[in-house]
Amino acid sequence: MEILTPMETTALLLSLRVAGVAIALGLPLAVLAAWVLGRYSFPGKTLFDGLVHLPLVLPPVVTGYILLVTMGTKGVVGGWLYHTFGIKLIFTAEGASLAVAVTSFPLMVRAIRLSVEAIDGGLEAAARTLGAGPVDRFFTILLPLMAPGLLSGAIVAFAAAMGEFGAVITFVSNIPGKTQTLPLAIYAATQEPGGDAVAARLAAISFTVALLALMLSEFLANRVRRLIGQV
Amino acid sequence: MLDLQIRQRLGVFTLDVAFAAEERGVTALFGRSGSGKTSVINAIAGLTRPDEGHIRVGDTVFFDSARRIDVPVEKRRIGYVFQDSRLFPHMTVRSNLEYGLRRVPVAERRIAFGPVVELLGLGHLLDRRPRGLSGGERQRVAFGRALLAQPRLLLMDEPMASLDAARKAEIMPYIERLRDEMNIPIVMVSHALDEVVRLATTMVLIGEGRVRASGPVGTVMGRLDLSAVTGAQHAGAVLHLTVEAHVPEDGLSVLAFDGRRLTVPQIDRPPGSPVRLHINARDVIVALQPLAGVSLRNALAATVIELAEAGPSSADVRLAVGGSFLIARITRAAVRELGLMPGREVVALVKGVAFEPDSGGAVSDRQGRVVDV
Repeated sequence: MEILTPMETTALLLSLRVAGVAIALGLPLAVLAAWVLGRYSFPGKTLFDGLVHLPLVLPPVVTGYILLVTMGTKGVVGGWLYHTFGIKLIFTAEGASLAVAVTSFPLMVRAIRLSVEAIDGGLEAAARTLGAGPVDRFFTILLPLMAPGLLSGAIVAFAAAMGEFGAVITFVSNIPGKTQTLPLAIYAATQEPGGDAVAARLAAISFTVALLALMLSEFLANRVRRLIGQV
Repeated sequence: MLDLQIRQRLGVFTLDVAFAAEERGVTALFGRSGSGKTSVINAIAGLTRPDEGHIRVGDTVFFDSARRIDVPVEKRRIGYVFQDSRLFPHMTVRSNLEYGLRRVPVAERRIAFGPVVELLGLGHLLDRRPRGLSGGERQRVAFGRALLAQPRLLLMDEPMASLDAARKAEIMPYIERLRDEMNIPIVMVSHALDEVVRLATTMVLIGEGRVRASGPVGTVMGRLDLSAVTGAQHAGAVLHLTVEAHVPEDGLSVLAFDGRRLTVPQIDRPPGSPVRLHINARDVIVALQPLAGVSLRNALAATVIELAEAGPSSADVRLAVGGSFLIARITRAAVRELGLMPGREVVALVKGVAFEPDSGGAVSDRQGRVVDV
């Protein structure tokens, strides 16, 4: 007996894929942004900080709309991508990944930045006196020590990415099997007569996935903390 | 070996320091907190940048404002032992030790892993994490890590300041071994006189960003005009002596210097070995003639060299004993009544000495001071 219906499986797998791609692409950039914000001061830092955090305070529909305008096939960037590489983001799963990558980005940056700021700058000075250059120090000192924040940031952002609704539906619409992630499927179900049971099951799946992600985040962060000698 | 001349604005005052250090041995930068000592070694390491001047180690110029040379920290290869160890928490002791070593080309490695681990007694700690180590153990790992980076020069910023007296006593012998067995010049920042007296060969006295005096420890310590910098309670002199003989039936040892003798409670060193003593100015009494009928055993013929005020009622008298110096802190009334002046022949009575703990000093109170010699 199948636990999930084919439609539910499709929506779940699509959500996992969309969120997975978004985090995989966003994480390196988030680490970079967190490192710069946590370690350096430069002119325009406040503006940069604001831009990074903007998706957190902007209505997701607005984020989706901005993406639609810029990344659509007629948009400045989207048009260039489409005509040069044949890459189409609008109405595709890749586009959904981009939308949730943007909305979950600040969550990652915040978690990682906190762990960057918690690292004693003296350790980097010590590594310098021992002959380690900037890139060397980043990979041998900073990255391992920010690992707990990086992990929990990535997992929380992953869970949030799976639940993103506004930005996704605005940018890539609600196409079953292509862009219909779990929250979009729930919305679609509630719009149909007699869809309550379907919506309830989908909501239970969302609930379970989110809870599992948070528990995994906590568990992994603790493991890593022990691994890097903080506990 | 190290040749340095730097100027740097530091908030309220300007650091303006020049000195040179030997090929071997320990140069102690001594002075009160906030005098600019740590800024000097940070500039040597390259962690801060002086406004002008030059820093050379051997033939290598690390910094020269006139020639616009400023070698980055990671390229200087200058070992740095921080006050707070700064061990990498996510690595084992072994990985910490190897961190600098791995970044040196194999052909340039002179100091090997095994001997350093043995010298510092780290063998049983290699697989542990810094978190579980005691303060003294952490500092020993920090010494090893800095050494294994094959430094041309080793800097230490108050390496014992965060340790209690017991840990300090535990770590001192290791620094002595670094000094005596490794061919690397050491520059150590300290505001603790006992460390300087015990470990340093050369002393650079720093006050308000300037060098107030520099030279061999005994010479600098014997100067009266410096008590304001070294701190009045530290006033005293350092004597270099040799163990001449032991008198086991009385439990005494006879130490010789410049043809003079001092008798002290028996110490655990064979005849012929060198010993350093710190003689506090408060433990020296000045008499015009040899005294009869006193319990003090150490009376030395001395000549008054100079006098200086040491407080509202006290004065410091600098005495020449052969080629060495002693300082006596007495009342200004006594100076007047005894008619002390430079050139006057007197007798110096020494009522207490402090050994460097490692000279085998026997009965001593908590400060390492032997009473009633």
